[in-house]
Parts: sequence; C-alpha cells; structure tokens
Amino acid sequence: MRVLLRNPRRELEVPGPVAVHALLERLAINRESVLVIRSDTLVTGDAVLQDDDVVEIRQVISGGAA
Amino acid sequence: MKCRRCKGPAVIELRRHNAGFCGDCFVHHCREQVRRAIDEHRMMAAGERVLVAVSGGKDSLALWDILIELGYSVDGLYLGLGIGEYSASSGDHTRAFAARRGAHLIEIDLPTDLGFDIPNGSRAAKRVPCSACGLSKRHLFNQAAVDGGYDVVATGHNLDDEAAVLFGNVLRWNIEYLGRQLPVLAAGLGFVRKVKPLVRLGEREMAAYCILRGIDYIVEECPMAEGNRHLAYKEALNDIEERSPGAKAAFYFEFLEKASHLFQATADATRAELRPCSSCGSATPGDTCAFCKLRARAGAASS
Ligand code: SF4
Ligand SMILES: [Zn+2]
Ligand SMILES: [Zn+2]
Repeated sequence: MRVLLRNPRRELEVPGPVAVHALLERLAINRESVLVIRSDTLVTGDAVLQDDDVVEIRQVISGGAA
Repeated sequence: MKCRRCKGPAVIELRRHNAGFCGDCFVHHCREQVRRAIDEHRMMAAGERVLVAVSGGKDSLALWDILIELGYSVDGLYLGLGIGEYSASSGDHTRAFAARRGAHLIEIDLPTDLGFDIPNGSRAAKRVPCSACGLSKRHLFNQAAVDGGYDVVATGHNLDDEAAVLFGNVLRWNIEYLGRQLPVLAAGLGFVRKVKPLVRLGEREMAAYCILRGIDYIVEECPMAEGNRHLAYKEALNDIEERSPGAKAAFYFEFLEKASHLFQATADATRAELRPCSSCGSATPGDTCAFCKLRARAGAASS
C-alpha cells in the first residue's frame, strides 16, 4: 500500500494486509500523535489495511508556542 | 471497535476515555467537552459577544465551528504574520472557512497595517520568532476586542498545549507563569476576558473533528516552529501518554484543582504593578509595553 506522511511530506510503500497499530509500531510512530486516514476516512487502530489501500498518517502535533 | 454511544462502527479511539466513537457521536463528544469547559470555568454567558482568534489551523477553526454550533455570537479575528507561503496559505484556509459558514471575519495584516512582519521584526528586536509572534498576538487580539466591543476573546489552546506549557513552567519552576496558567483570565486593566474552551480536548481530537466536519485546515507547520521547546515537551508528554493513557489530562487538571492557587499571590502581585504603556496605554510592568518596543525596533530596522 501507499503510505503518505507529512511534515516533511514523504511516501512509503508497505506490504499489506497489516493492522493500523502494527503499521505505526513498525514505523516507530507514537499513536497519540497521529491520525490514520484511509481514502478520506478515519480508521481506528484495529482496522486492517489492505495491499491496495492508500493511507495517510497525519501528524497532529503543532509547535507554536503562543 | 464499536462506538461507545450508538454501538455502530467506530472511526476514532480515545484511549484516555477508554472509548471509541463513530463520526457523529465523536462530533457530539467534542461539543459536549467544550460546553462542559465553558460551564465549569464560567468562561462566557449567553448573549456575550465572542471574538475567536483564528490561525487557519485545526484548533482555532474547530473552536470557531463548535462555538457557532453551540449558538454563541462569535466573530473571527485573523492576524497576517507575514511569514511567506505559510501566512498566505493560512489566510486562505481561514477566509474559505468564514465564507462557507457565513461567519464574520476581521483581518489585521502585520506588514500592511503595522509595518513589520514576524521574521524581520523578531530579528530586529533580537527575540525568537515565537516570542515576538506571541506578544504581538496577545496585544493585537486584545486591542481588536476592545475596539470592537467584544466581551471575551477565545483562543484554540487545547489540552496538549496547556499540558506542554505547564510542563515547561514546572521544569523551570516559573512561579509567575504558573499563577497565570488558567483556562479563564478575568478582564481588568484594559484587558478583555480571555478563555480557552478547548482545554478538555487533545490535539488529536481537534484534527479528527476537522476531518469529520470537512473543515479544510492548514496541515503544514509554521516554519518558525521548528526546533522549539514546546514541540519537544509535547513529544515527551506523548511518550508518557502512550504508556499511561490519561496522564496529560491528570497532569493539567490536577494542577488546576490542587496546585494552581498556590501560585496566585505571585501572579497577582505582578499584575498589581502594571501601569499604562506611555505609548499605547496597554498595561505593562515598564514604561513602554513589549509590543510598542517591538514595533519601534522593527520599524527602525526597515526604514
Ligand atoms: S510557530 Fe511561532 S512564529 Fe509561527 S505562528 Fe506559532 S508562535 Fe507564531
Ligand atoms: Zn456513534
Ligand atoms: Zn504599548
């Protein structure tokens, strides 16, 4: 599947099927700091992503100190 | 995973609440959390005029949307910071939201209206950009609220922001700031009341709210944020949160309940020493307020 990450923008190819939890763990991403979006819909950690899915892992942490 | 409220399929899991929610029930959850924060901390009353500070980011646009849905009379204020592409794009996101909701947006542009931008202004004043930016926002939001006859300024600070600021203030035992870190700051000395209605919601919740409501917020980060301490504190707290869900909320709310009053006297004493700025009349500990100094230095550098 195609996995899109932002800030900085980059793309990865990851083989499916894989559960969202497992994908985040494999990429060493803290699940409190992201949302996972599959074709414009949010998915929970137990969702299984398929090989032909397009997935965005969106960072939700913003850094402004004011 | 099932929705806690309607038992339909969930789209988001909130480990802190040990619950999953479907889209509709999650939107309901967010509104209820804001309603509760407003009631519990007596942030604002029905009929008051609210000015929400909007940046085009997820928090402030979600806040604006929720306050409209809760029936408040609320206008938006957008401050153009002159930070290149980022400012251009964040302004577009804000205007698009206001137009879609038919909401009134006030705009102030630092370069056009005040003669400086954050990157150059902060350099001229020898301040880090976020500090120059923060003090400009505080000053100009308050001024706009006073000028427009608003009762209260609402900002999009969420639980993660407040927990990270608290963490930083505790690391340095910054007593004065600890005494001021409240979800409501009362009016006085020319300051309009300031409120943070999102304190019961995390950053992840705000991004999810925008996605589920179809709010197109600016996902790109402000380039000035890179490497700032605030971000590092948020990451540290999320590492703890991952192992112990609810830790951030406990850290912040237990502080408000059990410790914040211990620092009040110091904060009040500092506030009692404030007097009007000789140039603009805003309350300040010195002769000239920090904003007027910044503006003077930035102006001198660009002329
Ligand atoms: S990151 Fe800093 S400079 Fe950028 S908008 Fe936030 S406070 Fe201002
Ligand atoms: Zn539901
Ligand atoms: Zn001044």
